[in-house]
Amino acid sequence: MADSAVRPSSHDVPGPAPAGARWRTVDIVVTAVLGVAFGVVFWAWNLAFGPLSAPLAFLAPLVGILNGVYLMPAVVAGLLVRKPGAAVFASTLAAALSLLFGSPYGGIIIVYGLVQGVGGELGFLLTRYRSFGWGTAVLAGVTAGLSTSIMDNSLYYSDLSFFGFKLPYTVFTVISSVLLAGVVGLLLVRAMARTGALGSFAAGRTRV
Amino acid sequence: MTGRVPADSCALPTDVARAQLSRNLPPARVVARGLGVRHASRHAWALHGIDLVVEPGERVLVTGGSGAGKSTLLAALAGILDPEGVEITGELTVGGRAPRQARGIVGLLAQDPDSQLVMTRAGDDVAFGLENAGVPAEEIWPRVDRALAAVGFRYGRDRSTQALSGGEKQRLVLAGVLVRCPGLLLLDEPTAQLDGPGAELVRSAVARTTADRSTTVVVVDHDAGPWLPLVDRVVELTPDGITERGAGWVPTPRAAGLRLPDAPDGPVLLAAEAAGFTYRGTATAALGPTDLTLRAGRALAVTGPNGTGKSTLALLLAGLRAPTSGRIEAAHELADGARRGGRRPDRWRAADLVGRIGTVFQNPEQQFLTGRLRDELALGPLRSGSHAATAHATAEELLDRLGLTAYADANPYTLSGGQQRRLSVATALATSPRVLVLDEPTFGQDAQTWRELVTLLAERRAAGCAVAVVTHDADLVRALADERLELQPAGSAP
Amino acid sequence: MTASLALGPAPDVALSRINPVAQLTALIVVTVVLLTSLDVVTPAVVVAAELTLLPAAGLHRPGALLRRTWPLLAGAVSVGVVNVALSTHPSVVTGVGLGLRVVGLALPGVLLVASTDPVRLADALTLHWRVPTRFAYGALAALRLAPLLVAEFETIRLARRTRGVEAGRNPLARVRLLGGIGFALLVGAVRRGSRLATAMDARGFDSGIPRSNARGSVLHARDAWFVAGTVVVCVVAVALSVATGAWSPIFVGG
Repeated sequence: MADSAVRPSSHDVPGPAPAGARWRTVDIVVTAVLGVAFGVVFWAWNLAFGPLSAPLAFLAPLVGILNGVYLMPAVVAGLLVRKPGAAVFASTLAAALSLLFGSPYGGIIIVYGLVQGVGGELGFLLTRYRSFGWGTAVLAGVTAGLSTSIMDNSLYYSDLSFFGFKLPYTVFTVISSVLLAGVVGLLLVRAMARTGALGSFAAGRTRV
Repeated sequence: MTGRVPADSCALPTDVARAQLSRNLPPARVVARGLGVRHASRHAWALHGIDLVVEPGERVLVTGGSGAGKSTLLAALAGILDPEGVEITGELTVGGRAPRQARGIVGLLAQDPDSQLVMTRAGDDVAFGLENAGVPAEEIWPRVDRALAAVGFRYGRDRSTQALSGGEKQRLVLAGVLVRCPGLLLLDEPTAQLDGPGAELVRSAVARTTADRSTTVVVVDHDAGPWLPLVDRVVELTPDGITERGAGWVPTPRAAGLRLPDAPDGPVLLAAEAAGFTYRGTATAALGPTDLTLRAGRALAVTGPNGTGKSTLALLLAGLRAPTSGRIEAAHELADGARRGGRRPDRWRAADLVGRIGTVFQNPEQQFLTGRLRDELALGPLRSGSHAATAHATAEELLDRLGLTAYADANPYTLSGGQQRRLSVATALATSPRVLVLDEPTFGQDAQTWRELVTLLAERRAAGCAVAVVTHDADLVRALADERLELQPAGSAP
Repeated sequence: MTASLALGPAPDVALSRINPVAQLTALIVVTVVLLTSLDVVTPAVVVAAELTLLPAAGLHRPGALLRRTWPLLAGAVSVGVVNVALSTHPSVVTGVGLGLRVVGLALPGVLLVASTDPVRLADALTLHWRVPTRFAYGALAALRLAPLLVAEFETIRLARRTRGVEAGRNPLARVRLLGGIGFALLVGAVRRGSRLATAMDARGFDSGIPRSNARGSVLHARDAWFVAGTVVVCVVAVALSVATGAWSPIFVGG
């Protein structure tokens, strides 16, 4: 009887994901929690790498490699909560909160969060919100990366050459996004599922 | 001030909310007949054949050890069991309706105040429940003020919810729950994470606000003693079912019949000389200058009210922080072999620290690193330099000693509270450190786990360890402590 | 940690009297205008106007201001310099213009954060812009957990030391340690969030009844004046830019 008592109240697949598309309170709060957690990560990341991005941009469009972090909340939220709009909500919130916590990049950052969220959402939309494994994670990483690099290219680097800067920048951003948001994101969600934190979405933790 | 929430404060707007928060809402009657609950992921029934009737206005205590199903019963009453995750047999009604439909008339107070406070200001948090019911704004604030007064909340509406002690936070949550005039009030070990004074704050608030019998109260707590004066009846849940305890029943004291091994005195292993600590950027000291010695074979209990720096002292003794005044010094025989830092534990490398001073935090989850119990126990020895084979053998032995062998491959986060506590103590012991520092090790432990822990600590003491325990638990101090250090608030005479 | 992470009570500065949605509207207007122009005159005028509002947001001490905005300034300078250096048609003026644009886009956000608190913002958004209440207040509840996360970071770092794990000098070890701590924090946050959701539901959050608002949010004439003022400043900026011939909208030319 030993192992039957042991099995954690979650299966290895993250989240029980009931069929309805209505957002339960726990869906809202946990997505928001992801937004908050990544908002803190952004604030710290901006502090560490923000000023660095300029000298790097001098060297190469390699600076795109720093962008993957910003796409994580969208993909992670979509993989965890699995409801339409999760990516947009988490990403927008994370961006808005990084502003609240002190990253002084202005209201434009919220627009970025929104666009990045939509980019990530697109990946999930393309698989009709039915699949949440490696394929979708990578796809969402790609769409999210594309969305943010298109914004950057038109807003901040519009004057620069396409093949000399814009294209390589896009490539580096997408690679970073696939690696961080897609791969690390999915691994993160699976690791959380194993701790049992995701299984009892409805009732929180049972102490028996 | 009787503390009663007057009947007219439950008056309502003319919409759906009225149905749920109606004038003179009668207290609810709870009926369970042959109730059985099983979680989808387990084979054993969490509850089986439970018969229980609670009359309107009654106050009942449901007690029992860990694993008896108290939390499951509470979740069932609150209507928060996931319908897809559990199988339910038998009958359960609250106020004549199924629990899921009756949720609007049920109020729930759980253990962790930080997981129940929603807003940043006290008044806003209490108003939260009324906003959810669509009560118009002009009716909300008078009711909020009355609820705050009823629980004896000492501060105003604008008080930040973070700037409150644990007991005050729980009282605030209680106000937020009671402001909705629930027919049934459920309390899930609400004082488990609080110290003595804090727990008393909460219990007195509950007593005051439910004295008029306008709400049925069901308290679930393994620690029955303190609740006895407040309740009319006691029922006990055991793996066999539910038993009614007659009037005059008292729980067996935890330390009854506990026989602990003697320990010969040994040399001083760790000493603090006028050690104090002030957090950077603050003016007042978190810990005033303190002297103490830890000897092998003796247990020291550090007691005192909240805010006197007990946890800070534990951090200093554990070598996690350097004192900002005075010093903490390890004896030669303890410091011997440390590659760096001499006799100051806060300078030791972590790998050296782990084999010399074992520390157990208040919250076991903060110390979990791996995904399996087995790995968790082997980590310490591996980090301090043992070979893999020795480390794993130690892990197996400890698993066996603590009755956790069945869970060897489980993820530490999935264990119950009591099991996690045992695991965190076991991981501290895995490297056989000579000094043990424990911060509130018996928090929220039921009688059986309590006895196991105390016995375990006494055995280590007899084996030549120095044990330092920071605690509010008077039973623990009586059972285990050879010496006692009572911390006073900084600036007052001892 | 920084004061902003503490999420304390509402700041009481002059700019707080302007409703948050009015500030947000102004922010959107300014963003749209600045985004559509690559010249130097438009952002210069807008930035000058924004600077005059700094004292109204309580940000008049240069030391405090610098602390809040140094990454912004560094970023603005770098954007300007990069574009000058790597552009096909290098021009210092364009560089300065782009740098100013970064500042102009960011300052309204700084002003907003300094003059409002999340609860007021949520109230304003749900009452005036009909943002769904469950999402707004669900996010607010999660936000309350943020300072707790920050406090727990240190505790978990110390807890790891008691298990024999610490970073030392090795940067890779530091990254692994940070990752481990970050993961533990995330798991704790998700758990707490789940329990919080249960508590919120127990207090009727998911009852489906339309929520009322205990605090309310009122729009005054001064909010309309604030937005109007912002529009005027932007019109002036664009007009000036066209008049001096510097106007170069983003979708025309190269």
